[in-house]
Amino acid sequence: MNMALNNTQMATFAARGFLRFDAVVADEINQQFLNDIGDASPQPDTVKGHYANIMRSSVVPLVSPGVKLSQAYPPSSALNRLIQVPQVKGAISSLVGADPALDHHFLHIAFPPSYWPEDAPAQRSQHTHQDSTIDPRAAFDIQLFYFPHDVTANMGGTRFIPGSQYRRVSEAAIARYQNIKGQQHVVCTAGTVIIFHMGLWHGGGLNKSDQLRYMFKIRLCPSERQVQLWDMNETEHAQSSRPIFWTDGSNQPDNLHAILTNPEPWYEADTGRLEYINRVKFWRYISGDKNFDADYWLTRIENDYV
Amino acid sequence: MTASDSNMRQQVLVLYLQTSSLDSPVVAWSQYDGTTEKLFMAGDSDEPPYTTGLHALKQGWRLFQASQLNPHNAGDEFQTAYLKYEFFFEKWVPQQ
Repeated sequence: MNMALNNTQMATFAARGFLRFDAVVADEINQQFLNDIGDASPQPDTVKGHYANIMRSSVVPLVSPGVKLSQAYPPSSALNRLIQVPQVKGAISSLVGADPALDHHFLHIAFPPSYWPEDAPAQRSQHTHQDSTIDPRAAFDIQLFYFPHDVTANMGGTRFIPGSQYRRVSEAAIARYQNIKGQQHVVCTAGTVIIFHMGLWHGGGLNKSDQLRYMFKIRLCPSERQVQLWDMNETEHAQSSRPIFWTDGSNQPDNLHAILTNPEPWYEADTGRLEYINRVKFWRYISGDKNFDADYWLTRIENDYV
Repeated sequence: MTASDSNMRQQVLVLYLQTSSLDSPVVAWSQYDGTTEKLFMAGDSDEPPYTTGLHALKQGWRLFQASQLNPHNAGDEFQTAYLKYEFFFEKWVPQQ
């Protein structure tokens, strides 16, 4: 079974840069994954020692960049079972195609205070950053963030900034920004998967609990032109323009145009409008409809006579 | 009280506002404190310490830098990047 994304989910991804699937992975798979990576430490280890041990003993495969996802994981492995979860498989194929390439994967570990030496510098959260480097493509990669166990607030779950994916910045150049209005901190039950657009700003939180926190990240690249890969509802896509500014005040949150023009609380007054334009351009790219618009933002400035 | 006093330490507040006007709402913020061992860090608060830049002024912060308003390069008018309206404030206080 393949559960492709619908229009509302795709528009949400276009607008906010992420999709969240809570507890979508079965407990049996989560436990298999934790067993595979050697979750159970008999006694507290150092950070360096734990990473060395887990990389040596883990059954997470070594995969060269560019390998097709279908070839990356042994059939019975937890990671292969993860990407076969219908909602996960459907989202992957809707966003980057049926058989994308694997860029890299990595087990991120947030260590609790007991793992740090007493004389170590005070621990802090990871700076907010955008992964990889400046990326001006129209095509886009996605990143799966898989949380194999419950994540509580004091475990420092991944922090991310909805709607930041179109901001063209250079990796940790944004480290100066400590807090941004509307930022989210992942708190979730085991088996949650969050899929990020490659450009979404994020950072790891500070683990103040007494347990290790694991997050497995998989970056996937399209191996085909990303056009109409999801369950595109033509009727919704082609819905006529709605009145703007002077309206009857009715709220239609599932309206495609409404989703694409819903601001984030941190947007500047003027650049928020540029983000609407970026979202419409993204929708044109994934739908293949070069004339699509939401609330007239692009049509207005394309109405030129030269 | 001057900045050259060796017993004085600097506190820095960075506010990012919704527009270039100092009385517009705060959308992002950072703090650095040279007076104590207290660490401010990414993700440590979800509500801004001040509602506007003007609010910070009224609480004793001194503005010392504001971002410029630059024209938009042809062909790059719609590209968004870094937070646009950045204001640096400071306080000088005796070392604790």
